[in-house]
Amino acid sequence: MTESWLTQSGAPQSGAPPSWVDGNELAGALAEVFAVDVTTAQGVCAGCGRMAPVAETRVFDRAPGLVARCVGCSAVLLRVVRGPDRIWLDLRGMACVQIAMPGTGGASPDGPGA
Amino acid sequence: MTVVTRGFKGRGTRDAQLPPGQYLTPDFPVLSAGPTPRIDPTGWEFFIATGSGERRTWSWSQLRALPTETVMVDIHCVTKWSKLGTTWDGVSLDTLLADVEPAGDFALVHSYGGYTTNLPVADLTGGRAWVAFRYAGAELDPEHGGPARLLVPHLYFWKSAKWVRGVELLRQDQPGFWESVGYHNYGDPWREQRYWGD
Amino acid sequence: MAAARTETPAARTLELDVPDWPAHRPGQHVDVRLTAEDGYTAQRSYSVASTPGTGRLELTVQRIDDGEVSPYLVDVAQPGDAFEVRGPVGGYFVWDDADPAPVLLVAGGSGIVPLMSMIRARSAAGLRVPFRLVYSTRSPDITIYADELRRRQRDDRGLDLAYAYTRGVPPGWRRPPGRLDGALLREAGWPADLGPACFVCGPTGFVEAAANLLVDQDHPADRIKTERFGPSGGGAA
Ligand SMILES: Cc1cc2nc3c(=O)[nH]c(=O)nc-3n(C[C@H](O)[C@H](O)[C@H](O)COP(=O)(O)OP(=O)(O)OC[C@H]3O[C@@H](n4cnc5c(N)ncnc54)[C@H](O)[C@@H]3O)c2cc1C
Repeated sequence: MTESWLTQSGAPQSGAPPSWVDGNELAGALAEVFAVDVTTAQGVCAGCGRMAPVAETRVFDRAPGLVARCVGCSAVLLRVVRGPDRIWLDLRGMACVQIAMPGTGGASPDGPGA
Repeated sequence: MTVVTRGFKGRGTRDAQLPPGQYLTPDFPVLSAGPTPRIDPTGWEFFIATGSGERRTWSWSQLRALPTETVMVDIHCVTKWSKLGTTWDGVSLDTLLADVEPAGDFALVHSYGGYTTNLPVADLTGGRAWVAFRYAGAELDPEHGGPARLLVPHLYFWKSAKWVRGVELLRQDQPGFWESVGYHNYGDPWREQRYWGD
Repeated sequence: MAAARTETPAARTLELDVPDWPAHRPGQHVDVRLTAEDGYTAQRSYSVASTPGTGRLELTVQRIDDGEVSPYLVDVAQPGDAFEVRGPVGGYFVWDDADPAPVLLVAGGSGIVPLMSMIRARSAAGLRVPFRLVYSTRSPDITIYADELRRRQRDDRGLDLAYAYTRGVPPGWRRPPGRLDGALLREAGWPADLGPACFVCGPTGFVEAAANLLVDQDHPADRIKTERFGPSGGGAA
C-alpha cells in the first residue's frame, strides 16, 4: 500500500528559498568509497527512467544523511549516511549506473580491445 | 585523527541536562530529506490503517475538532542538536488510537512527500506521541512539517515525521527512510542509539 | 591556515598550506570540517579559488550572518589555525582546458569563486579560449575579486566581463539595478549556435533562474553545468 504515497509530488513551497544543491556535493562522501568519481557517472532513475549525470541530481544535505533525488520525478536515487566508523549507501533508486572508463575498447574481457 | 579548530564553537553548547553527545541550539534548524510538499488543508487527511484491512481517516476539520493538548517537551535531533522546553499543540495518538485494534505491535508512519519512519505501537501511546499542528503558539510552518507533524519527543527527532499523513499498523516491523540506511531502529537519545548496532 | 586576505567587508580569502596538495581542476571543491574543543563538528563545501598547480589552496568565503561555519572562516580563523580539508573533489563542474569551445561563466554573488579558478587557470596556461563572464552581484563594494577582474579585463586577452548589479550601481552606470535578465545574458553571453560551454554558479535560486534563461535561449541542457551553493548560498547575488 505504499506505492501511491511515494509518488506524492513535492513542489517546493513558494516563499522558502530552494534548499537543495547539485549532485556535485556528493563527490566528497562518495570519494571515500569509490575509486572513480561517481558524480560524473550517468544514473538511471528507477522511478521514471530518466538518465542524467549524478552531478545533476538534487541533493538535500541538511539532513541526517545526503539524499539525492531525480530532477524529473523527485524520487530518491541515492542515500548516503556517514557514521563515525561506517558509511551506508543505498542505491536502490538507480536502476543502472554508467561510468565512463578510459578506453580499453572491448565489450568482453577477452575481446579484441582488451 | 581529529584536528581541533581553535576558536570554532559552532552554534551548539554543552548542557548537563542533555542526552549524551547532544548540543543545545538557540534556533530551530530545518532538516529535510526532500522538497517541502505543498499541502492544501482542504485535501489533507490523516489515516490509521489497522493492519487488518480497516482504515480510519480524519479530515483537517475533524482532526481539529478532537481534544487538543498543549505539551512542553525537549527535542533531540540525531545530528546532535537539542532544544529544551519547546511548546506544541496537537492531538494525542491515544485519542486517535482509542478505538482501534492494532493487528500488530509495529507502526510505520507515512508522510506527504513519501518519507517514512517506524516505531513500536507502544511508543505511540501512553501520552508520548501527538499529531502536532501548532508550535510555540503559531500554526506549524511548512518548513517544520506543517500543516501537521508527528511529535514523539522521547525518540530522536527523525521519528517525529514532518508532513505526517498517517500510521500503518503492522504485524512485522518495517524499517523507515533513515532506519533502512544506517540509523538505529529505535533511536533512544538517552542510550545514544544513533546507528545500527548502537 | 597560512594567511588571509580581505576581499570585501563580507568575504575573505583563506590561504591554506595543505601537505601534498595536488593540482586541482578548475571548478572543483573541497569539504571543510571544523571540530570545536567540546567535540562539536560541522562540515561545509567550499570551491577552490586558486590557480591550479601553485601548491597552495585558496578558498574564498562569504559570510552568512546567521550561519554556523562561514562567520568563523571570515572573522575568526587566524594564520596558524588548523582544520580538516577533503579534496579536491568533483569531476563534473570543471572546465576542461583542452576544450576549444568558448566559455560562458554566469556567477551570482560568491558563485564567482569556482569560475575565478577557471579564469585564473586559463590565464596561467596562456590559453586564448574566449571567455565571457556575466557576474550578478549586489553592489560594487561587496563584489568579490572586483580589482583583479578589472585588471584581467584589461590584460587577459579574450576575457569579456559584464555586471548585473542587483541593488546598487557604480556612479554613471547605464543599467539600473536589477536582476540578471535574458536581455543582458543575450548581449553579454554567447549565442547558442557557437556551442559554448556554460558554467552557472551561486545561490540555488539564482542558478535556477539563470539556467532557465540559458535554456530559453536554446543552449542545450548538456552544455549548461551548474553548481548550486544552497538556499542562502554564500550570500545574495
Ligand atoms: C559545492 C559547493 C561549493 C560551495 N562553495 C562556496 C564558496 O566557494 N564560497 C562560499 O562562501 N560558499 C560556498 N558554498 C556554500 C557553503 O558550503 C555554505 O553553505 C555557506 O558558507 C553557509 O554555511 P554556514 O555554516 O555559514 O551557514 P548555515 O549555518 O549552513 O546557514 C546558512 C543560512 O542558510 C539557512 N539554511 C541552511 N539550510 C537551509 C535549508 N535547508 N532551508 C532553508 N534555509 C537554510 C540558515 O538558516 C542560514 O540562514 C558552497 C556550497 C556548495 C554545495
